[in-house]
Amino acid sequence: MAKQSEIRYLTPVSVDVKKKKYCRFQKNGIKYIDYKDPEFLKKFLNEQGKILPRRITGTSLKFQRRIAQAVKRARHLALLPYVTDLMK
Amino acid sequence: MNNYETVFILTPVLSDAQMKEAVEKFKTLLTDKGAEIINEEIWGLRKLAYAIDKKSTGFYCMLEFNADPSVIDNFELNFRRDERVLRFLTTKHDKFSFEYSEKRRRNRSSKKEGPVKAGSSTENKESGTN
Repeated sequence: MAKQSEIRYLTPVSVDVKKKKYCRFQKNGIKYIDYKDPEFLKKFLNEQGKILPRRITGTSLKFQRRIAQAVKRARHLALLPYVTDLMK
Repeated sequence: MNNYETVFILTPVLSDAQMKEAVEKFKTLLTDKGAEIINEEIWGLRKLAYAIDKKSTGFYCMLEFNADPSVIDNFELNFRRDERVLRFLTTKHDKFSFEYSEKRRRNRSSKKEGPVKAGSSTENKESGTN
């Protein structure tokens, strides 16, 4: 039992402290996501203009739905593209 | 009475006067039916994110108004019939979006008093108002 502490690894074990993701809308008290503001909505899109999943942005489900709604409205009004390359 | 917001895109081929006339037409359409226009924003000529009817730019306008739900159907029908309109979108305000648009209106009015008054037709939308 005492020998367990003598185990040595060839490469140092990486103990990465995961930074907790949070929903920026709940944290900042934002209640409405504006579809008329494409620059803001771009934070939730990838290079191709697709909506980023919740597991990457950390948004809560409630606001993910609202982002999706806002992005789709912005796309309809040609404020955001449906498909693109190298948006940023 | 509900609170609505409509954004529409006019073709860029129109002259300034024609554009104003088109906006006026939709405004009178609303006021004739007893709607009350709260806010009118003309964003001006903007680049479209993708081509619509082979056009790469469009003239953006926004109207906010109080109206009966029955007015909307006829209002949107006129958008569909009008060839000058590329796109339109009408949304109903809930309490959160209403608060937001009120804040936005106040921001804009305070801005207009300050620096330039003539720039309202070409000014781009401010970002990061949240």
